[in-house]
Amino acid sequence: MKILVVDDFSTMRRIIKNLLRDLGFTNTTDADDGSTALPMLQGGNFDFLVTDWNMPGMTGIDLLKAVRADPSLQSLPVLMVTAEQKREQIVEAAQAGVNGYIVKPFTAVTLKEKIDKIFERIESEKA
Amino acid sequence: MANNSEVDNETLERAREYVKQLELGDAKQADLVLGELTALRESQLFNELGRLTRDFHEAINAFNSDDRMASMASDEMPDARERLTYVITKTDAAAHTTLNAVETALPICESLDKTLADLNEAWEKFLSKEMGVSEFRALSATMKDFFSSSNGDLTAVKSNLTEILMAQDFQDITGQIIKRVITLVSEVEKSLVELVRLGSGLSLPAAGSDTEKDKEKDAEKSAKAAAELEGPQVPGLESDSIVNSQDDVDDLLSSLGF
Repeated sequence: MKILVVDDFSTMRRIIKNLLRDLGFTNTTDADDGSTALPMLQGGNFDFLVTDWNMPGMTGIDLLKAVRADPSLQSLPVLMVTAEQKREQIVEAAQAGVNGYIVKPFTAVTLKEKIDKIFERIESEKA
Repeated sequence: MANNSEVDNETLERAREYVKQLELGDAKQADLVLGELTALRESQLFNELGRLTRDFHEAINAFNSDDRMASMASDEMPDARERLTYVITKTDAAAHTTLNAVETALPICESLDKTLADLNEAWEKFLSKEMGVSEFRALSATMKDFFSSSNGDLTAVKSNLTEILMAQDFQDITGQIIKRVITLVSEVEKSLVELVRLGSGLSLPAAGSDTEKDKEKDAEKSAKAAAELEGPQVPGLESDSIVNSQDDVDDLLSSLGF
């Protein structure tokens, strides 16, 4: 399982990567905004994307839309971890095809729950 | 003073008249002309002063009716104060969480360290065949206890380390808040420069050189884009359209079929 973590704050990237490692996901890479992340996703064989929303350059929502618009990436599971908690924004993310949405500050338990839920859904859709 | 030359002619005419009356020896008439000359000078001065006052008044009015300034003064500055206070609260909480976790974990590590040293010493004694049967039984029991308790101890240390890890999320939240306050402060700074410019009546460059202006424009653009996003919520300053917890997010998403 190869995971890309995208956030403009390096502390948050490290926190998420450490939590993921704790959950058994050791193969993680990170990027500091959407425009760096997109080419990495396109050439990197990633299985999962965790992204922030508010980033300079390309935001998380634009990255999500770009991922869904790219035939080679469109089914990539995307989890948003962000301080944005406006209803319209959550709806916008949902409409853009996000698989999970976590508001900051969050707990390790929440992260595990959401990731588990995303994989459960993917498994049930496959079956 | 658009009618500069006209005024000068009038002044010159009065001055000549004054000299003429003095030469004629008519002191009374000369005084009268001098009075006219002074009045002329005064009215010029008052006109100029009047113009300056009007300009200044207009400048102040223009400044007052600037909505951006008004909202900065009445809403955003107090807002910024709340936000910065929240930053202090967040960093304080993070520091305490971290220190608490360290203070809990350290004694556990120390006790593990001590038990290991004791066991090591006893084991050395056993290896050099200096240990009696009853002593070995005691050592065996101690080791059994250690194996079961160290597992729990290490789990506790690990959970403390995770707590320390999670406490660092303050940097992301406070960083976003501080970025917003910096944007506001630079806006206030620009407005103050503008006020000084208007007040002095000098045409100071509004904000730096052209390249600096371009840079500022870029920074403003990205700051504006960021400002359009809601960002981290500050207690007491929540916007109406936000969700309050992860549970609310989950509810909203499940209502959308997630």
